[in-house]
Parts: sequence; C-alpha cells; structure tokens
Amino acid sequence: MNFSPEQFYAFLGALMFAGFVGITLVGALIATSSLRLIRSVSGLALCFVGLAGLYYYLNSPFLALMQILIYVGAVCVTIMFAMMLAELDETPLPWRRSLMVAGGSFLVAAVFAIPLILLVRKSAWMPPPLVRENAGTIQDLGRELLTRYGFAFELISIVLLMAILGALVVARTGRETPS
Amino acid sequence: MNFMNWSSNLNVYLVIGALLFAIGIFGFLKHRTLVGMLISGELILAGASLNFMAFGHFRAADPVTGQAFTLFIIGIAAAEAAIVLSIMIAVYRNYRSIQMRDLKELEG
Repeated sequence: MNFSPEQFYAFLGALMFAGFVGITLVGALIATSSLRLIRSVSGLALCFVGLAGLYYYLNSPFLALMQILIYVGAVCVTIMFAMMLAELDETPLPWRRSLMVAGGSFLVAAVFAIPLILLVRKSAWMPPPLVRENAGTIQDLGRELLTRYGFAFELISIVLLMAILGALVVARTGRETPS
Repeated sequence: MNFMNWSSNLNVYLVIGALLFAIGIFGFLKHRTLVGMLISGELILAGASLNFMAFGHFRAADPVTGQAFTLFIIGIAAAEAAIVLSIMIAVYRNYRSIQMRDLKELEG
C-alpha cells in the first residue's frame, strides 16, 4: 500500500463523505425507529450533522453552518425543551400491534422509496450547463438573497414573526383554562 | 460506481434524499405522538432540501438558486417547529397527553 499524498487526501475525502452518508442515514433511522422521544431527537440532531457534512461537499459551507446552527442548535434544542416541559413519551403498544404498525409503515415507505430510487438510476439528466468559475460563494448568495430573492426574503421574515407571535399566543391561552 | 468519486456523483445525493424522504414517511406513520411526527416531518423536509442542493450544485446554471431555496426551507421549518411545539404544549396542558389517539374531541 503506497499512496502519494494526493491520492491519500482524495481517499481521506471519500472516506469522510462515506462517513457523513452513514451518519445521516443512521441518525434518520434512530430518529424514526426509537420509542423514547429523547433518542429520536438525538438521532435527528445526528442526522442533521451528517447532512451538514453533505452540504459541505456540495460546495456550500454557508448552508452547512446554517444547518448546524438552526437545526441542531435551535430546532432540536427547542424540541428537547418542549419534551422536558411536557414529559412526553410513547406508551408501548402490545408487540403484535406495534409490529403491524411498523410493518405497514415500512411498506408504505418502500412504495415511495423504490420507485424514486429506480427513477434516479434510470434517468439521464441534462448535461450540466456552463457555470461561471467559482459561482455560488457566500458573496453571491448574499447578493442574490437581497436582490432576486428579496421579496421571498421579506416574506420569510414576516412568516417567522407571525410564527413567534402565534406560538406565544397559543402556548399562553392554554395556561388560563383550568385543567 | 466507484467509492472514491461518490462525492461528485449526482445520483448518490438523490438516492440519499429519496431514502431520507422514505424514512421520514415511515416515521410519520409509525410514531403516535405529535413530537415524533414533527421529527419525521423535519426528515422529509431535509430530504427535499438535499435534492435541491444536489441539483443546484450539479445541474443548475446558477448554483445560488438551490442554496437560496434550501435557506428558505430551513426558515419555514423553524417556523413550523415553533408553531407545532406551542400547539403541543397547549394540548398537553388540556389533555395531559400527546398521544394522537387521545385527542378525539375538539372544543371551541
């Protein structure tokens, strides 16, 4: 086994990519198949870390950072907070019934997954168009967000504001009803 | 398909996206609590945004398009998570449970 440094770096990169793919899929499986919700949330965080790695390989480090910052740092932590407030957990079903539910869900998921994967394998995509050198940097993204996607950007901020207000209102009015 | 150039192959990303989508649907049907369904919904969105990123990087004239779309998906998902969690807290306060089967009645 004799590697030149270039080959070694390429091999290392491929190995890390395979690791990220594995983390993503294993995290998603943990998130869906676990009965304890705390494990589900941890699996979701793991899956999003792997996904951030994949985004990095797609030449978008900004999106990778945002993925970790928003999903792992905010969404997962918020779900954990809500779980701690409400002590949520699934009560286990009798095992025959839970096996039936899991099998049925697996069948439906397979009905969605297998045609999609076959489609991906069979289809011949258009050849890539000519892309300017070094396109898609953070500078480009920022410029496009405030020019071409400016309207959508403003709409998203209004949606987020409304979501925060709505969340506060919904969570507050519940407090006043006697339980 | 060689292991060494997986990371520059569009189909690898598309298959991962399809698998994430399918795992999300699996979890959406299997979980019986609101939080579990929320988590599975996030997985479905993640699969969709991975597809956008892959096509934007490999097949779009302007790679920024896919990234901008994924940013918007992240924003919408954050808003969705906030709303669902507050609804969940309110439901838990009224019913002392978030099992879907217990939420049978709807009162004004």
